[in-house]
Amino acid sequence: MSETILKPDTTFDVEELRKEFPLLSTEMNGHPIVFLDSAASSQKPQVLIDSIDHYYKNLHANVHRGVYQLSQEATHAHEEGRKRIQKFINAGSDKEIIFVRGTTEGINLVASSFGRKYLKEGDEVLISAMEHHSNIVPWQLACEQSGAQIKVIPVNDEGELIMEEFDRLLTEKTKIVSVVHVSNALGTINPVKEIIEKAHAKGVPVLVDGAQSIPHMKVDVQDLDADFYTFSGHKMFGPTGIGILYGKEKWLNEMPPYHGGGEMIKTVTFEKTTYNELPFKFEAGTPDIEGSIGIGVAAEYIEKIGQENIARYEHELLEYATEQLSQIEGLRIVGTAKNKASVVSFLIDGTHPYDVGTILDKLGIAVRTGHHCTQPLMDRFGIPGTVRASFAFYNNKADIDRLVEGVKRAAKMLR
Amino acid sequence: MAKSIQELQDEIIDDFSLFSDWMEKYEYIIDLGKSLPLIDEKYKDEEHLIKGCQSQVWLHADKQGEEVVFTADSDAVITKGIISLLIRVLSNQTPDHIKDADLYFIDKIGLKEHLSPTRSNGLVSMIKQMKLYGLALSQMQTK
Repeated sequence: MSETILKPDTTFDVEELRKEFPLLSTEMNGHPIVFLDSAASSQKPQVLIDSIDHYYKNLHANVHRGVYQLSQEATHAHEEGRKRIQKFINAGSDKEIIFVRGTTEGINLVASSFGRKYLKEGDEVLISAMEHHSNIVPWQLACEQSGAQIKVIPVNDEGELIMEEFDRLLTEKTKIVSVVHVSNALGTINPVKEIIEKAHAKGVPVLVDGAQSIPHMKVDVQDLDADFYTFSGHKMFGPTGIGILYGKEKWLNEMPPYHGGGEMIKTVTFEKTTYNELPFKFEAGTPDIEGSIGIGVAAEYIEKIGQENIARYEHELLEYATEQLSQIEGLRIVGTAKNKASVVSFLIDGTHPYDVGTILDKLGIAVRTGHHCTQPLMDRFGIPGTVRASFAFYNNKADIDRLVEGVKRAAKMLR
Repeated sequence: MAKSIQELQDEIIDDFSLFSDWMEKYEYIIDLGKSLPLIDEKYKDEEHLIKGCQSQVWLHADKQGEEVVFTADSDAVITKGIISLLIRVLSNQTPDHIKDADLYFIDKIGLKEHLSPTRSNGLVSMIKQMKLYGLALSQMQTK
């Protein structure tokens, strides 16, 4: 990346940054693409593509245990990825950084492993009404096994957690709280620090689903005091198939392994196996080496642009989009929390999200339509789904202008 | 005599060849979707619902003489427009013809993307369901 992109005065040049993402200069349906689906998966900068290319051309061998130089170099690159992530989220130790496939696997790991060790009949798992299915279903599975129950913190009409209800639902029965940091469907930024503080006051650990926060803001797991924090590489400009589970060492040491296999063991006999140390205890099998290298590169890339710059710029985009879209007759924004990340979910009176998304696609505008894997939340608002435009720092006002024009055209055709 | 499935498909392909761009084509589909009261309200229930991730479809089949009459509906108007084309082709046909129908017109008029299973709008399942009705009813006939 060229140093000139970052101007000394904390602003950045979005047009220069866009050039680093090859996909942003492609076309969709004959139009220059307007990519507004970064909350589903972000595009990739050239520096990431180069790093993966470099790895396969020069560095590939299986990691750990290899005595030859190449394997040691690959191991070094793989572990370097872990250290970069440790620094990125300010974890206390690289033992607390577990490579997983993504946020979904991170939550499944905790639900399964923590669940087996600590959940029993009569216990409660506290989640919120705005969780992605991936922070609901794993807990349902854990509850089926243990006889524990799920309790749900409700949301208000703006799409914010009702904190008084959280206070009421957090009881001596609660064994773990698992909440999303930023809602993928509404963009709401939840007060996770407050949630963690209150839960800890009652001795309850907290898992934070950070899939939608990591690409948009600085996350410091020690400052938050989160017990578990999990996120995906592909939403933070890194590769698909890799994600991170941060867990406090004290919990990870106590929890039983999730998957069994190579890498995660110390000794194996048919009678008894002893497990490897952290983080390897939770990393069975050959890891996603291209992923661990790539997610580290992505983290450094974000740091180089500066999370404060990103947050400030995206806030501007969000305000512009909200203002412009609100002027369209019959358009209703779903999710109007005071504290929001760069997601605008909306509906247009008399139209179905699928139809709007179809017309926008024809105009070269990529948005997501449907329930966004948050069916209970859509039920809460009494809607089948929404049209969702989500932004990253590589979007510009021209993208939003195209979206607004497209939505107007779709509304005209469909109504 | 009623037109064959092939004749009806060729008619639609002819109609669509008149459109000069996607806008005209979609405006036509949207009009079809808006103008057809497709299904009796009493059939818009769980039993007749084909749930897609994106849009939902209700389908009802009725045997009238030798032929099957389909009625259907969707909550999304583009899906509904495509449904009305499918009904134009497959309704009032014999079960045998329905189950063996090769629906090439969708591809020819450039709407194949709407039949991608990943799109999950209920249309793929709807066609499958229509053919299943054809199969089931043709087997009942031979007994």
